Amino acid sequence: MANTAKTQKVDQIVVRFSGDSGDGMQLAGNIFSTISATVGNDICTFPDYPADIRAPQGVLTGVSGFQVHIGADKVFTPGDECDILVAMNPAALKTQYKHCKPTGAIIIDIDSFTEKDLAKAEFKTTDPIAELGITCEVVPCPITSLCQATLADSGMDNKSILRCKNMLALGLVCWIYDRDLALAENMLRAKFAKKPEIAEANIKVLRAGYDMGHNTHTSISHTYSIESNREKKRGKYMDINGNKATAYGLIAAAEKAGMRLFLGSYPITPATDILHELAKHKSMGVITMQAEDEIAGCASAVGAAYAGALACTSTSGPGICLKSEAINLAVITELPLVIIDVQRGGPSTGLPTKSEQTDLLQALYGRNGESPIPVIAATSPTDCFDAAFNACKIAVERMTPVILLTDAFIANGSAAWKLPDISQYPSITPPYVNENMKEGWSPYKRNPENDVRYWAVPGTPGFTHRIGGLEKSAATGAISNDPANHHSMVETRARKVARIAESLPPLQVEGCEDADLLIVGFGGTYGHLCEAMQQMNAEGKKVALAHFRYINPLPANTADVLRRYDRIVVAEQNMGQFAGYLRTKLNGIELHQYNEVKGQPFVVADLVKEFTKIMEG
Amino acid sequence: MSDYTAQDYKFGQPRWCPGCGDHSFLGALHKAMSELGVAPHDIAVISGIGCSSRLPYYMNTYGFHTIHGRSAAIATGAKVANPNLTVWQISGDGDGLAIGGNHFIHAVRRNIDLNMILLNNRIYGLTKGQYSPTSVRGFVSKSSPYGTVEDPFRPAELCFGARGNFFARCVATDMQAAVGCLKAAAQHKGASVVEVLQNCVIFNNGTHESVYTKEGRAKNAIYLEHGKPMLFGENKEYGLMQEGFGLKVVKLGENGITESDILVHDAHCKDTTLHLKLALMEGPDYPIALGVIRDVEAMTYNDAVHAQIEEVKTAKPYHTFDELLATNEIWEIK
Repeated sequence: MANTAKTQKVDQIVVRFSGDSGDGMQLAGNIFSTISATVGNDICTFPDYPADIRAPQGVLTGVSGFQVHIGADKVFTPGDECDILVAMNPAALKTQYKHCKPTGAIIIDIDSFTEKDLAKAEFKTTDPIAELGITCEVVPCPITSLCQATLADSGMDNKSILRCKNMLALGLVCWIYDRDLALAENMLRAKFAKKPEIAEANIKVLRAGYDMGHNTHTSISHTYSIESNREKKRGKYMDINGNKATAYGLIAAAEKAGMRLFLGSYPITPATDILHELAKHKSMGVITMQAEDEIAGCASAVGAAYAGALACTSTSGPGICLKSEAINLAVITELPLVIIDVQRGGPSTGLPTKSEQTDLLQALYGRNGESPIPVIAATSPTDCFDAAFNACKIAVERMTPVILLTDAFIANGSAAWKLPDISQYPSITPPYVNENMKEGWSPYKRNPENDVRYWAVPGTPGFTHRIGGLEKSAATGAISNDPANHHSMVETRARKVARIAESLPPLQVEGCEDADLLIVGFGGTYGHLCEAMQQMNAEGKKVALAHFRYINPLPANTADVLRRYDRIVVAEQNMGQFAGYLRTKLNGIELHQYNEVKGQPFVVADLVKEFTKIMEG
Repeated sequence: MSDYTAQDYKFGQPRWCPGCGDHSFLGALHKAMSELGVAPHDIAVISGIGCSSRLPYYMNTYGFHTIHGRSAAIATGAKVANPNLTVWQISGDGDGLAIGGNHFIHAVRRNIDLNMILLNNRIYGLTKGQYSPTSVRGFVSKSSPYGTVEDPFRPAELCFGARGNFFARCVATDMQAAVGCLKAAAQHKGASVVEVLQNCVIFNNGTHESVYTKEGRAKNAIYLEHGKPMLFGENKEYGLMQEGFGLKVVKLGENGITESDILVHDAHCKDTTLHLKLALMEGPDYPIALGVIRDVEAMTYNDAVHAQIEEVKTAKPYHTFDELLATNEIWEIK
């Protein structure tokens, strides 16, 4: 390579693409992460997009970002800070520069730094670098003008030409990190299969970006190469985000159970992509119904469950509030139902595109009456698949609604996913009634081994019965106001859910065997907590991590594990909901708390600092 | 011929107040089902909350007594997930048109194949007497001691506004006509709305007084039948004719009017204009319309959903989870 920039071997890098929400930063980021995964690197991505679909061009509220962490070995998070930041305009520079490491470099499109552009981003001077006090390397590139020059003879109009400028930035980043353009070209040809001329224009600009780096060295001081540790990773992979993995988990579970998959849903950020994904797969018999509201999304799913489907509803915080009553109907009628809550910032409309873990108590307790529900929290984008599969298994086999918590961070974040061998997954067996049960059958007759009622799906001859939201007699299934019966039914429903713990995998502790500090977390923060734990262990601190996927019921060994440690910190993206819950389950346990509710993922460096303080405190 | 009798659909002992219109309606439903002959285990009766929504407990079918206002949405999910079921959705005026109004209009709009029964007594009975969205303006109740200051919904208007293809009306105590409406609703493919005029003997006694007795109906109601001239009155001496943009009541023999001048009912007409005019007729100037007012064939939501699935199954080559995985961009690390 005829460049004078030094090539540095690295284990991991973080790149962040940022620009107007219409600048195609998500696409550039996606392509870059996928081509990196294809050569065997591990990836973890985080799209950070604004709530406005298209804010006015160039303004601060319209900036969209996409961050990817690429590693030779396992990477757990999208990275705290980036090595390369691409800022397509002054607004992107202003809102994103703080994400760049002091040792990193910022690539800016110098063509979009006119006085007018600077004014839109509310700069007061004509020197944005000085005004922001940026000390890291800034690399000005003529991204817009080079894109225009490259496509000058294409016959395309200027607007269409400018749509390709994300590829110029991508090409340049590919040069910096020694990525194979052929892979990116294949992806573009696949993406624009119906518009080959658009694909070729993008590819031309992509190459121009790469060549700009190669020929001019773009004044950048370093290029990098990332090794890939292929040994450990043999197998087939695809890139998947959490929402898609959730949808796939539901499809796989329906196939295992031999049931029709039904999703009743209403559009809501950041959960809508689950509806989008499932709506595509009618060839697998999936029914998706876009309901008139959140309530009907859940109510139609309850109806579908009643009629024998594997029924699901997907939503986010505000929608969970609306679904509560219909969820409770599934609780008392003991029907299988999977409710997916892709958590976002709250309360109320809150921060629709940002991530929090603030719906935990709502999931556990947000219904009238004694209303126990299994709650599962997925730990990563790819774990959404297993979590969704297991949510379905529990719902169907235990005849109960199950709430699956994910969050905006893992729902939109993606990672390389080793394709699952579904034949190795456990069976899902609905507790249907059979011919031999007709004698003396009633709808709340239970299997004594797990307290699960048997399921007579409408259409089954000989088992006509009536269920509903009113309390029923355990013996006959008729409406009952009998005090002792009600108390017993309340206890039975609680016991049925509690007994699920008997078949859950035990809580695992990762990290240092004889740790001085146990980090406890749940759900989507796994990557950050794990990375913090590993960093601290590398610094010689004795730290371990117990991360929960099953919240209700808790794994049977939870008390045994937690009571082994003198010092425990529960880190979560809320004000202490999981810590409070653990205190109700583990009488007298002392827990430190680390709580952050910013709508953004944890920052590993902050975690390390805070946990160290707790260790030293 | 049906294999079943009304007895085959009966279950338990109804607990409504003596004299409640729901008793008569339940009898009509049992009879209609026995004449339709669908096996009890292939029927799901799904209701919301309210006096009338207790009905599933008195059916020897699959029954689901759900939550307030949501039965149309729950029934929609049940029908689309399992189209082999015959689904009856039972609600009252509060359940169906107040808290459940949104689900009502959307179920009708989608044209999901439900038999949607609206027992309209113009009152909240189970909560002991508050005005409902079908109570007339000025109605005095516990929650409107000085009279309501709002206009009621007229169910037919809502139904047609939501592009409903079937609307019938009957009186709960008018067994033969009620059975006819229920059977027509069941035989209609799509969302079939049946408004049942029903008396609440405790909190709104007499609300449908003008048509609640046989004698009253002879004077004040008109039974509509598709293809028949619209005649009414104790001796069928009156009829309906079109005049300008509206309908008028005429007397046969007066001004040279004969039966051939009388409008012939066309329930199958796609245009709703005259159906709406018929459905909105009120005394004392007009008779109240009973029977099947509108019955127009259209593609049902459940059929369309499953037809689309079959179509896509043919068009798309993947039908198992492993085949689905293979549609993605996959790379192999060797």
